[in-house]
Amino acid sequence: MENNYSKKVVIRYSAEIVDQPITYHLVKDFDLSFNIMRARVLPKREGLLVLDLSGTKENFDKAIRYLKKSGLKVEPLSKSVTQNTDRCVHCGSCLAFCPTGALYIDKKDMQVLFDVEKCNGCEMCVKACPVRAMEIDLI
Amino acid sequence: MKKHRVEKTYKEINEKIKKRKAVVVTAEEIIDIVEKKGKVAAARQVDVVTTGTFSPMCSSGAFLNFGHTSPRIRASKVWLNDVAAYAGIAAVDCYIGATQVVDGDPLNSVHPGEFNYGGGHVIEDLVAGNAVRMRLESYGTDCYPARKYEKNVTLQDLRDSILFNPRNAYQNYNCAINLSDRIIYTYMGVLRPRMANATYATSGQLSPLFNDPWFKTIGIGTRVFLGGAQGYVVWPGTQHTFNVMRGKDGIPRESAGTLAVIGDLKEMSPDWLVGASMLGYGVSLYVGIGIPIPVLNEEIAGYTAVKDEDIYTQIIDYGVDYPSGAPKSLGEVSYKDLRSGEIKINGEKIPTAPMSSYYKARNIANILKEWIEKGEFLLGESQQQIPSGSS
Repeated sequence: MENNYSKKVVIRYSAEIVDQPITYHLVKDFDLSFNIMRARVLPKREGLLVLDLSGTKENFDKAIRYLKKSGLKVEPLSKSVTQNTDRCVHCGSCLAFCPTGALYIDKKDMQVLFDVEKCNGCEMCVKACPVRAMEIDLI
Repeated sequence: MKKHRVEKTYKEINEKIKKRKAVVVTAEEIIDIVEKKGKVAAARQVDVVTTGTFSPMCSSGAFLNFGHTSPRIRASKVWLNDVAAYAGIAAVDCYIGATQVVDGDPLNSVHPGEFNYGGGHVIEDLVAGNAVRMRLESYGTDCYPARKYEKNVTLQDLRDSILFNPRNAYQNYNCAINLSDRIIYTYMGVLRPRMANATYATSGQLSPLFNDPWFKTIGIGTRVFLGGAQGYVVWPGTQHTFNVMRGKDGIPRESAGTLAVIGDLKEMSPDWLVGASMLGYGVSLYVGIGIPIPVLNEEIAGYTAVKDEDIYTQIIDYGVDYPSGAPKSLGEVSYKDLRSGEIKINGEKIPTAPMSSYYKARNIANILKEWIEKGEFLLGESQQQIPSGSS
């Protein structure tokens, strides 16, 4: 089967289902490969997983439906990480600490752009952007 | 002294500006003109070249006079949004400095500190029209009996507000790397260990003082774009120097000249004065400055055609050398390479990141161009040359 679809998602657990082997099912039942970009899963507490999922589009959609049915909140990472373009002064100092190249400068008009598909949600930019132009909601 | 083939005066150019007939181009646009037509033809065609820079510039701040209170107070301590301003000037005058951190900030006690608010942010809040909590303390005198005073004030409530930056618009600055084994947090941004990245400041070919390397036109009295309004160069900036290594056309290859600039804060805008929080370092203020360069002759046309590939700076280690107070150059790199996103040091490829906004610098040069084209901005003739070491 062709693995042609890839997307970064934020999965939020409630305290009741934090002990379920969610990622196991993603692999076993939906044949998805995953890369854990960020995880905060504690017993009897709310949890958060940022996964880079890839597989077929059909299986990906099925998996998302399964996750939602299981009581998890699933969102694309792009909803949680945003560049406030009103605030950004396009200095480019974020290029020094963004580890994935998600923040980059458009060589033509010299604006700083944000490619959420490259972001791994590390949150470095939230504190290191001198004008606080990056907003991340991964709590 | 060399005779020029083209000779123009400030008066002639200003007459053209008033009639909206002046030919104005930016420091980027002049490059092609000089390359295609030569310096002499360019000097005949173009009257003014506009430059721009937008960068965190420490050594910035504002003199504020908040007017007399009733009963009167001789303020000996002043806070604006809990950021201390220097009050030892007069009864109701103070100076709010860009790098003053808000009282109670944890600083670097948990390293690296975030430094979310400070003097630069107070200035941004003021120009944005936001109310700022002003708190005054005194010991009370017969003529100024009040000992405490507190009020929300906006910029318009203040009697006078003068942005006065003792050192801005650095003519060149270091390229920073980190040779140590740990990540460091500096005013040159986040520097990863073992030379994993490099940072640099200045807008290169757009930067005011690269376009006038010998201060032939920029001097005391030069009218400038400052924070979105019209301001002036009033003095050489602090740390101004001119005995430096120079390259093509005398362009400094290390940090050299600086400018002290002044302007009315009430006319300025938060687009061009933005508070900065430098992780692990402190607070500062992004300042937007644009300087028009009158093309008085072909020699000046030649200077304004400077390109990133002809501008070099020194690579300095901020891990050990710089903090120890004994910085030494680890090599030289051009702004063309720095802006390409990657430089090579000892054969190793190192990604680069700017501290200055080239995008905003370009905007400033374009706004200044528009002001001059519309006849709204006249050139201010230098009344006194800034020391530059040139004849």
